[in-house]
Parts: sequence; C-alpha cells; structure tokens
Amino acid sequence: MTRVLLVGNPNVGKSALFSRLTGTHIITSNYPGTTVGFTKGYLKLGGVQAEIIDVPGTYSLEPSSRAEEVAVNMLKDGDVLINAVDATNLERNLNLTLQLLERRIPMIVALNMWDDTKHRGINVDAAKLEELLDVPVVTTVGITGQGIRELVGRFSEARVPKDVRTYSSSDERWARVGDIVGQVQSLSHRHHTWYERIEDATSHPVGGIIIALLVLFGTFWFVRFAGEGIINYVASPLFGFLWTPVLLKLSTLLGGGGLWHNILVGQLIGGQIDYTQSFGFLSTGLYIPLAEVLPYVIAFYFVLGILEDVGYLPRLAVLMDTFMHRLGLHGYAIIPTILAFGCNVPGILATRVLESRKQRFIAMTLISIGVPCAALQAMIIGVVGNADAGGGIGYVAIVYASLFIAWIVTGIILNRTVKGFNPELLIEIPPYRLPPWRIIGQKLWLRISGFIKEALPIILGTVLVVNVLYFLGVFHAIGNFLSPVVTGLWGLPKDTITALLVGFLRKDAAMGMLGTLGLTAKQLVVSSTILAMFFPCVATFVLLARELGARDLLKATGIMLAAVLIMGALQNLIL
Amino acid sequence: MTEYQNEPLSVAQMRTGESARVGGGVGGPGLVRRLDAMGIRPGKPVTKVSSTLFHGPVTLSVNSSRVAVGFGMARRILVRTDRHLP
Repeated sequence: MTRVLLVGNPNVGKSALFSRLTGTHIITSNYPGTTVGFTKGYLKLGGVQAEIIDVPGTYSLEPSSRAEEVAVNMLKDGDVLINAVDATNLERNLNLTLQLLERRIPMIVALNMWDDTKHRGINVDAAKLEELLDVPVVTTVGITGQGIRELVGRFSEARVPKDVRTYSSSDERWARVGDIVGQVQSLSHRHHTWYERIEDATSHPVGGIIIALLVLFGTFWFVRFAGEGIINYVASPLFGFLWTPVLLKLSTLLGGGGLWHNILVGQLIGGQIDYTQSFGFLSTGLYIPLAEVLPYVIAFYFVLGILEDVGYLPRLAVLMDTFMHRLGLHGYAIIPTILAFGCNVPGILATRVLESRKQRFIAMTLISIGVPCAALQAMIIGVVGNADAGGGIGYVAIVYASLFIAWIVTGIILNRTVKGFNPELLIEIPPYRLPPWRIIGQKLWLRISGFIKEALPIILGTVLVVNVLYFLGVFHAIGNFLSPVVTGLWGLPKDTITALLVGFLRKDAAMGMLGTLGLTAKQLVVSSTILAMFFPCVATFVLLARELGARDLLKATGIMLAAVLIMGALQNLIL
Repeated sequence: MTEYQNEPLSVAQMRTGESARVGGGVGGPGLVRRLDAMGIRPGKPVTKVSSTLFHGPVTLSVNSSRVAVGFGMARRILVRTDRHLP
C-alpha cells in the first residue's frame, strides 16, 4: 500500500486537510502542536488504496521537541508527501518545502489557507510556484474542503523534481526561498481589521492580563452555568420521568432486594430510587456518566473548542510564561494543562510539544497532581457543592484552592530538584480566526462521543466491581489495613478508603461513592482533594507509563503519594 | 546628516512598534538553528509587536507571522535599528 505523509509547518491546517481527504474527523485547532502523535486514515488515490498519515508539524528537519522528532522519523517511511503550505506565510513554509524536496520523495504541495490570502492582501501566483518548485501545487482550504478534489485528482502527478537542488547552508536555502517568494508573491494594501484590534488588546502587557483573567473567569462561569442548566432542565428530568419507572418495575420484578437487585438497581432509599445514593449498575452507574458528568463535559469542551479555534491559547501561553518558569516549565505548558482540565489523557499527550525531558516530567506530574478532569470536577461540584448534604460552593472553592496550591508548590520544588534544563519559550502566534460553527460542532461531537465510548463502559464496570467487592467483603479487609493513614492522618472514616481505591478506575465514580458515605463537609473536602491528587486514573496511568518509562513513572508516583499525604494531613489540621 | 545609533540593540531593548534588522551574533548554535527555522535570521526585518511584564516574552512580527520569544532569548537576538541618537 502506498504510504502518504501529510507534512508541513505547525498550524498550517494539516489535520483539516486530513479530515477532508479521509472523511474521518480528527481534532483541529488554531495553535501549533495540536497533533503530537500521528493519525492514520485510508483513501483511494488514483485507483490505488493509500494509507495517509497526519504527521505532527515541524519547522525544520532538525527536530527540537518530541513531536517534531516523531515527524522527522516518519519521513523515512513515506512513499509520497503531501506538503501542506500556509499560503499566507510562504517564506517560512517554503524553507521546509525545499528541505523536503532534498529528500527526493515524490511530493505534491497543498497551498492551504488559500481563502485567507485575499483578505490579508497577499497575492500568490500558484502556477508560477508550481513551475519553480517543479512539483504540482494545488490551492486548498482545508476547513471548507475547497480544492480537495483537485488535490486528489492531481495526486498521481506527485513527483521528485527533475533538478533537485541541495543547499550547503541554511543561508543558501533561504536565499532560494527569497528568490521564489519574490517571483510568486505580491502584497497589496489592506485595512486594519478588527482581528488586529483584538490582537492589540490581548497582547497589551496589562490589558492582556486583565483579558486573560476575564476569559478564565468567564470560562468557569459558563461551564458551571451551562453544566448545571443541562443537568437541571434536561438530564435529571429525563432520568426522573423516563428511567425511574423502568427501574422501579425492575426492582419489583427482582423482589425488591437481594444480590441481583443490589447490583442492578442498588439500594432503595425510602422505597425510592435515589440516583446519587442507590449505587446500582443501572441507576447510579448510568446516572453519574450521563446526567452528572456529561453536561459538564459538553459545556467544557464547547468553550475549549472556541478558545482553541479562535487562537487564544498561544496568547495565554505568552502571558503565563514568566510564572510558568517558576514551576520549571515555560508558557506553552499551559496548553497541555488546559487540555487536562477536560481529560488528563490528551493533556499528558500534549506535553510532547515541550522540548526537554525535565519539562515533560514536571508537566505530567503536575497535571496528575493538580489538574482534575472535567468528569471529576463535575462530581466534586455535585457532591461537595451539594447544600442539602451540608456542603456548598465555598467548600468546592477550598478543594480548588488546595489543588492550585499543591500544583504550584510541587512545581516550585520540582523545578529546583529535577535535573535538566528548561528552555525558553519560542512559539509562533497564529492570527486570530473566527472558527466556523460547523468545525466547532464537529470537534465537540468528536470529544463527546469519545467520552461516551471510552468513559461510560468503565464507569459502569466500576460500579459493578464495587458492588461485587462489597458483597465479598474485600474492601473491609483493605480498609482495616490502611486505616492508620486514612483515619489517623486524614481524619476520614475507614469506608472512604474504598472510594479512594475505586478512584484508580474512575475518579467520577469514586466521587459518587464518597457522596454515599454521609461524610461531613470537612471530610468531603479532604477526601475529594485526596482523590484528585493521588494516583491518576488507570487510563492516565497507562499513558504515563508509556511516556515516562518505568523509572520516571515510579518517581512521579512517589511525588504524588508524598504530596497527597501532606495535603490531606494539612487540610485535616487546618480545616 | 542624521546620526544613527550604531551600537546593536537587543530585541528586548527595542520599543514596542519599532522595526529593525536582525544583526549577526545571535548566541548559541542551537538557538540560531531554531530561530532560523522560524524565519528569524540575520538581515531579516523584524517589528516588536508586544512585550509582557516581569521580563516575559517578546512578540516579534517577521514576514507575515508572529513569533514569541522568551526574554532571555530576546536579549540574545541583536538588531540594528535606525533609531536616532538622542
């Protein structure tokens, strides 16, 4: 099978082209480094079945991060290259194009973001470019699909130029790039667009910080408002009106009690199904993922999708840079961190954009300790913020503040103790763009269906396992074994150990269990903080093992355990 | 005759909105390579678009793209402006 590699600079729209070419949707954003691994797809090109790979973006063939290394290593295995070029940024993009041509792999150029050239006053003569490069050049707009048919149609023309130039120095190559750009590009006057006004405001030294705070506050407010709204007006009523009668019927069928009843329906509370307390496979097991967590996941990814596609995140990275250096990171680490607030798995994958091993180790450890995923946050808000059970939003704030402090303090310590270097920030700031709603919708759907497909079965499984282990009395034995720490140090009842252990499978389900134990507000704060900080869930853990290797994983785990022991004890003392 | 400042300045010392040409003498081969790949190389005109508080990154406009560089790096990228001597 022909192996086609989609290569180019970061943030030139390779993933959008990939989605268009293969018909499979993958995550695209407006910042460099969205794709850190590689995604494969298949399509028919000129009558032959081809495998097409979306390669992470790279500025040159001399890699400076893990993600760029992935890209360069993959070149060896390519039969044909589709070089995605940002038409609005020819000079820098063509520098990579010339480097790729030197590899003598048949190539076709997709001159992407073609629609952007017009309103930015850039005129490019694509035919002339084709003549000069001596490979086919097709103008495309990845997000709308314009030019894709032609790209596929001309794919068979991909070739190695007759006369491949090799350059003895970077200067020589740049000179050739300058020569080409001079021949194919002309610039015309354009007006100051309102995008640029936003640009000026968000990159102002003081104004930018104010805007960043507003954006963060707005995000939290929106996610909470929208999440609660969906729960109160859609999810909860749906369960109440449609699902409860079914479950009650099932309960009667099962005789209102017994092992199977307890596993499937759970404990009836006052003869009724209580979705947060019953803890049956079909009651709480479905209610947690679909009614308590999913609404927050939708709300969070909706806002994240907009922030990503507008191009705000790299600006935030610049503003946060000085602060992040204190934690042994640089500003760009804020992007993996923000992704981790959705789910730690993509967050940890995204740390590949960081250049040094020290940075990646610190970033991954800090995410595992201080960044609760959307599912866990939804449950923390639901359980700790539940005023009926003696909680409240003030207690939720204590949990967040504790996690934030743990994140900062651990970062400061790791910065001073972990060997290695923390290079400076060097990133491209993409122009602001107004994302098409269709793209935002697609991405949101992709992430939500991913959550349903991946999280729902594990949550259901977790609830099942919990019920079976309870029945077998396994938790009781473990609880006795660990009680000195749990009760002595953290001031929690022995039962909580069960929930904390369940947290290894799914933290949202574990939080749901904590809600059934009748804890005091203080105990809820301590236990949910511990749950968030200690041991990542199994999905994250597997990924950490892969990205860090056994030794560093052991180190990271030790740091997590130490942090959680101290934080739990401090909270127990102070609160 | 207008007198121009001949002492090279660093990007960190440039004023926001000011344009200059990248001069030689950027420190460190690794840095040179990474900057080069981003299009920041000797002779290239750059404009300082913005800076951040507390010695944070400096954003430069080069060609039609914007690149943010850490403050330490910004201090090592030397430029020649056509700034008048006071």
